[in-house]
Order: sequence, then C-alpha cells, then structure tokens
Amino acid sequence: MNPALNLWLIPILPLAGAAINGFFGKKSSRQTVSVVGLFFPGAAFAWALWVALRFSSLSLPYQEYLAHWIRSGSFAVDFSFYLDQLSLVMLLVVTGVGFLIHIYSVGYMWDDPSYYRFFAYLNLFMFFMLTLVLANNYLLMFIGWEGVGLASYLLIGFWFTKDSAASAGKKAFIVNRIGDFGFLIALFLLIKHFGTLNFAQVFDAVKPMSAETAGVGLLSTIGILLMVGAAGKSAQIPLYVWLPDAMEGPTPVSALIHAATMVTAGVYMVSRSHMIFERAPIALTVVAITGTLTAFFAATIGIAQTDIKKVLAYSTVSQLGYMFMACGVGAFSAGIFHLMTHAFFKGLLFLAAGSVIHSVGGEQDMRKMGGLRVYIPWTFGTMLIATLAIAGIPPFAGFWSKDEILWQAYQTSWVYWVIGLITAFITSFYMFRLLFMTFFGDYHGVQVDEHGRGSHGHGEPHESPMVMLVPLMILALLSVVGGLVGIHNGFEHFLAPVFGTGASIDAATGAAGGYTEYLLMGISVVVALLGAFLAYVLYLSKPYLPQKIADALNGFYTAVVHKYYIDEIYAAIFVKPLIDGSTRILWQGVDKGVIDATVNNSADAARSVSDEVRQMQSGNLRSYAAWIAAGSALVIAYMIWKWTGAR
Amino acid sequence: MVPLSYYLVLSGFLFACGVVAFLIKRNIITIFMSIELMLNGVNLSFVAFAAHWHALAGQVFVFFVMVVAAAEAAVGLAIIIAVYRTRETLNIDQVNLLKL
Repeated sequence: MNPALNLWLIPILPLAGAAINGFFGKKSSRQTVSVVGLFFPGAAFAWALWVALRFSSLSLPYQEYLAHWIRSGSFAVDFSFYLDQLSLVMLLVVTGVGFLIHIYSVGYMWDDPSYYRFFAYLNLFMFFMLTLVLANNYLLMFIGWEGVGLASYLLIGFWFTKDSAASAGKKAFIVNRIGDFGFLIALFLLIKHFGTLNFAQVFDAVKPMSAETAGVGLLSTIGILLMVGAAGKSAQIPLYVWLPDAMEGPTPVSALIHAATMVTAGVYMVSRSHMIFERAPIALTVVAITGTLTAFFAATIGIAQTDIKKVLAYSTVSQLGYMFMACGVGAFSAGIFHLMTHAFFKGLLFLAAGSVIHSVGGEQDMRKMGGLRVYIPWTFGTMLIATLAIAGIPPFAGFWSKDEILWQAYQTSWVYWVIGLITAFITSFYMFRLLFMTFFGDYHGVQVDEHGRGSHGHGEPHESPMVMLVPLMILALLSVVGGLVGIHNGFEHFLAPVFGTGASIDAATGAAGGYTEYLLMGISVVVALLGAFLAYVLYLSKPYLPQKIADALNGFYTAVVHKYYIDEIYAAIFVKPLIDGSTRILWQGVDKGVIDATVNNSADAARSVSDEVRQMQSGNLRSYAAWIAAGSALVIAYMIWKWTGAR
Repeated sequence: MVPLSYYLVLSGFLFACGVVAFLIKRNIITIFMSIELMLNGVNLSFVAFAAHWHALAGQVFVFFVMVVAAAEAAVGLAIIIAVYRTRETLNIDQVNLLKL
C-alpha cells in the first residue's frame, strides 16, 4: 500500500502564492512580495524532492484521488493526480528550474513597477504547469494546458503598454487556440470511442489494439490531432510563429515558459500518449517529420538573427523539433531526456542572455555588444558552458541527449539522422556566433563619451547581482552533469516502466550498437566542433567575411533575415482574408447591412409616421373634439351601412 | 301615441346641437353645457326605446347616465374654477399649455 504523498500540495502551493501576491501584493513591499513569491514555489520544489526521495518505495503508478468533477452516466472525470517516472521527471524539472528562475527574477525584475504582478503570474503559471504534469486524465491535463497558455499570454504581454508586447501576447494565445482545437477534437474522439479520458483506462483500452499500418484509422486520427495540439503548444511547424514573438516578455519568462517548461508540454503530452502513438505508425511519422523539419528550418532562421533573444527563441523551436523527432522515431525516453537537459541549458542560456541584457542597459541587438567577457565574467562563464552543452560537446548535458536522439533516429531512417546532424552543425554555428558576437571582439555598445557618460546614461556594462548569478551557476552545474544520467542508458532504464521498453533497450544497443554508435557519436562531435570553428572564422578571425557571404547570397540571405517571410505569408493567407471577410461581410454586410439596418429603419419608419400623425396633436381642444366627432360619425356610418347592407 | 321616430329625430337633433356647440364654442362652460346636451339627447332615445319595447333596462341606463353626468358636473365645474383662478380666462384656445 502506498503512503499518502499529498501530491495536491505541489500545485496548490504556487497557487496560494499567486493568490497572496495577486490580492495583497500591490500594497506590500518588494521584500514581502519576494518572500511570498519565492517561498511557495520553493516549498513546492521541496515537496517534489521529498516525493522523489520516497519514490523508490512506491508501487507505481501512484494515483491520488482528490474530488470528483464530472459524472455523466458511465463517463467520469475526477480531480486526481498520477505519478510515475515520467511525471516525476517533469515535476522535478518544473519545480526545480522554475524555482531557480523565480530566484533570478527577484534580481531581474526588482526595478519593475509591477513587481508583485510578475510574481503572481509566475506562481500562477507554476500551478497550471504542475496541474498539467500531474493530471491523471486528459481533461485535467487540458485545464493545465489552457492555464499555462493563459499565464503565457499574461506574461508575454506583461509590459502591456508596449504595443508589440500586447500583440505578441495575443498572437501566442490565438495560435495556441488553433492547436488546442486539434487537442479538443482528439479528446472528443477518445470519449466517443473509449468512453473515458483517464490515462490508465484509455491505455488499457488501446493496449490490445493492433498497429494501424493500413491507412489512417481511429488511433492515427487521434494521434495526429494530439500532435496538432502539441505543435501549437510546443511551437512546431506550422504553428511555431508565436514563440519568437513571445520574446517580448521579460527574459525570466522566456527562460521559464518559452524554453524550459511550458513549450515542452507538447513533448510531454505526446510521450504520455505513447500507447496511442505506438499503435499509429502514420501519426508517428507525422510527428517525426514535423519535428525534423522544424529542427532544421528554425535552426537556419537562427543563423541570421541579430536579436540575442530571437536567436535563442529559434534555437528553442529547433531543439523542440529534436524532441519531437525522438518521439516520432519511438524513442520517447530520449525525447524526455533531451527535454530535461534542454530545460537546464536553455533556461541557463536565457537567464545568461537576460544577465547580458541587464548589464548593457536593455540592449538586445548583438551587433551593439561584443567584448563583454571582461565586463561580466561570471555571465560569460555560465553562458559558455550552456553553449557547449547545446552545441553537443562532450561531456556537457546536451551531448548525451542529442546524441541519444540522433542514434535512435539513425536506427529508424538515415534521413532523419542526416537532417538532425546538419541541424546540429547549424546549432553549434549560431550558438558560437552568438557567443562570439556578444562576448568577444570590441564593445560596440553605448560608448562612454568624453564627458564620461553613456549616451543612454547607463555607463559601462556591469555584472549582475548575486541573486541572479547563483541560479546561473546552479544551472551551469546542471548543464555540465545533467547528461551523465544518460550514460549506459541510465535515464532510459529509469523511464522504461512508463514506455514499456525495458528489455529492448539493451537488446538494441547490443545488437546494432557498439561500433556504429561510437562512430555516430564521433561524427556528431566533429560536426559540432566544425560549426564552432566556422563561427570562429567568420565572426572572430575574419569578421569581414559574413557581409561578403551575405552579399553573395543576396536573395536567400534576405529571405532568412525575414524568417522566410512566414509571418507575411500567414498574414496574407489567413489573417488578411479573415480580417477582410469580417470587415466586408460580417461587419459591413451582416452587422451594418442587416442588423443595424433593421433596427434603424424601423426606428426611422416609426419617426416619419409619428411626424405625420403628430400634426393631429394641435393643442386645439376643439380640433380634438372634431376628430372624435368625425371618427364616431365614420363608425356609425359604417355600422348603418353594414346593418342595412346585411338585411 | 307619438311614434318612436319622432323621439329619435328630436334626440338626434339635440345630440347634433350638442356636437356643433361643442365644436364651435370657445367658452369652457358653454362646452360643458353642450356635453350635457349630448347626454340628454342620448337619454331621450334611451327612454323612448324603453317605452317602445316595454323594457326597463333603458330607463335604468338613463339613471346611470344622470348619476355620472352629475358627478362629472361636480368635477368639471371644480376644474373650471381652478382653470379660471390660474389662467384668468375661460377661452379654450388659450388653455393650451400642453401644446408642442
């Protein structure tokens, strides 16, 4: 029998923090807000750690029933939580990285007038994310899913007086709605065919079904629709466009929501539904192709970006693509492994970028940075570690997980592997490009003029306070050692009970592994080093070259700088017809032409009739009497005529 | 026995006199009197019909009309006095405050 773990405390604690800061934060001091804002997620993290310590003594999956929610005939949805190896990993990543980013935010947001609001939203996000991760049925997961979307919207538009931030928030929300639509339809299909949304029951029902190899059947449809939802939330082609714009939010938000946790919800959802996907090869192929294409496509856009956060945003899209590629080739644990290491190093990259932005007074354009390593050595050190990690240089975390994905992809098809490898090369290139442009060379920023002032009154770049650096260092440590759990497939073994791959891991490694795996590993390391070397050549030793190359590839380069005009294409294909249709047909046609016209015309008719009729109201009493007399004379005449006529 | 039609002609004549007076006179008291004239014209036809058909209902109606006319006269005269006190005229054309 399992001991009571009181899992419900883990989401409820941040919710309490959000409520306290949201209701009372405005009148509290910054110190109080910080204590409240840090204590509750910290307590949630502590609780999650305590759960992890008790984990080995549990019989899994551990389920916790809180309250019943919907009962309709045999269909039931409860507020219950579900804990297995997969949710434990997510739980620790969300609370752990989340807590670190909360600490960092204290330093980063200290001068913001809406300090309390920021922490209220951030805690609210934690609540919904933990609900999503711990849910034991699709509907509760969907609540968390929508809730993190809400928190994301609120935080992207946190500086809502800035027009671009407000519209970026809207864009994120609307694009996510498209994905949610697919998710919802998938849920309806599940209800219709299985009569339940409970994970355990759905998977029990799916388990005996055989794989749908011939054509798109029920499971393939559900899988593809789930993937549509995941593509929205996790910024995959064709719904990735909201994520780069989401960088309008404060940098800790980009780190927490748009790199480490929320955007990985789609990967989590697909992995959670692995039972469905494994029986729907077509859906799996869709997942794999989407992921592979996104990984490659986003990486190429990342090359030409000059905004430090935009580079990281496209990098996030690209890395999420890797995770979906892993899921698509059936290597769910590799996807989750990359999710975890990515949370470490991408969270770190964003936080370090935030520290850079902080140090140069809000500048985000890398062309105006350079040479920062002497000013902000700690930020540089941590960022270097994160860059090495994401580029896939051993023994940093990203190497282990990315290599695992590439190896699994190779076993399915060499096409995935080649594209993944090219992407790894590009990733390494643009990350080192970022590093060189930001930290090496000469400082191109706001120069201290002869009067000893920066032209924006900011002065020289300065290192961030300790409260921001400590989370950086912890994440840097995790980015170094985080991948070591993957040695000898340790991470896969841990997740094996969830994905039911226990025996096959070692068999696969034993059969095809060994020589080939090490060869591929070597190739990807060489490729990563080549990317770094190319960045070194182009941006350090021969800085005039990139402009030449850009000129040589004129048209293509412009297209890449403009992100392949995807936003413009979407605007032309979807947004403009929608706006035009709404304007011309719904507004001018239906609303003004039919609804307004009906109301206005009847009012006009009443008025013009009244204008005529009111002439009778002369105020002359005798004329009224005359009307009465004439009227009654008419009635009498009619009655006489009728009476005589009837006879 | 006087035929019914005679009464009716007289009744119609009285009523028409009342209507015409109502329409052409300007003094409120005269108008009031013309209303009484119309009522009495109707009363006359009521009793004439009551006698003709040997039915008491018509006579009962006349009593009702008289009672109502009396009550109306009381209220109407009170109003006329009030109007005269505030407007200092009984010319109906000058009592037109409600006109647009």
